[in-house]
Amino acid sequence: MVQSRPTLCHDGWVSAASPVEVEPTLSPDEITFLAKPWVTLVWDDPVNLMSYVSYVFQTYFGYDKAKAEKLMLQVHTEGKSAVSTGTREEMERDVQAMHEYGLWATMEKAT
Amino acid sequence: MSGFEHHRKSDRVIATFSGFEADLLRSLASQMVELLRNERAEPPGPSADPFEALMSEFSGATTIPEDPVLARLFPTAYPDDEEAASDFRRFTETGLRDGKAAASGLLIDTLEDAGLPPELTEEGLVIDVELTRAEAQTWMRAFTDIRLALATRLGVEAGDEDYWHSLPDDDPRAQAHDIYEWVGYLQETVVEALTG
Repeated sequence: MVQSRPTLCHDGWVSAASPVEVEPTLSPDEITFLAKPWVTLVWDDPVNLMSYVSYVFQTYFGYDKAKAEKLMLQVHTEGKSAVSTGTREEMERDVQAMHEYGLWATMEKAT
Repeated sequence: MSGFEHHRKSDRVIATFSGFEADLLRSLASQMVELLRNERAEPPGPSADPFEALMSEFSGATTIPEDPVLARLFPTAYPDDEEAASDFRRFTETGLRDGKAAASGLLIDTLEDAGLPPELTEEGLVIDVELTRAEAQTWMRAFTDIRLALATRLGVEAGDEDYWHSLPDDDPRAQAHDIYEWVGYLQETVVEALTG
């Protein structure tokens, strides 16, 4: 393993060109070939109707009625449910869509 | 009082409102539009990074709205990562606000196109609403936002129906809660009309 080192030139210290010249925006943990490392969570709230939440899961995610109802009941009884899994970008789209529908959604790395 | 039904022949979702009901829905939707447009997110404070300050002028909010209704309409996407949450908010909140304002705007336009005058004076006025499936979905989202707003202002919690029903009829909070329940009933009938 080698480390890139600054080289001295006439007007001061400059970095040698190297793959790490630009600060990486992804941490090593985030660089992965594993599929689906993020989840969208929908949280229970005292306002949204059960029929509506089930309808949203069917309409937006394309889940069949049985799966949508199961997830909706999980939100209702356990307080939250992981409703979709995917890349970070995909989950940001799903969370945004849930907010559009008025559902309380967050995202986190899958455990 | 009646809710929405699916009209099979035309594949429309239809409802009939009294003038009073239509006027009330318009008032709620107008308040929603006003809330979404007025309380724009605070401009970010002086930043140590001039580039960041410059960029933030062209982009959306990064902090959670102060109004609890707006905080509920635009929840924090990353509860444990403030920076990611700010970025998410910056890239989504403006579009979400516009979408929600457009949904309530459609509700107002539909009622007025169906004959609701600017000022309700006529007694016995009846407003017939006919929605395509897409329009019904938009109404459903507007109903959700209105219910979330009313519930947040009232402090609605799970299983508190008895409390609200125990309030005297002339209590303004009881009246607001009745409206909240009525909009919930309307929403339920839209879902049934779209799925039944």
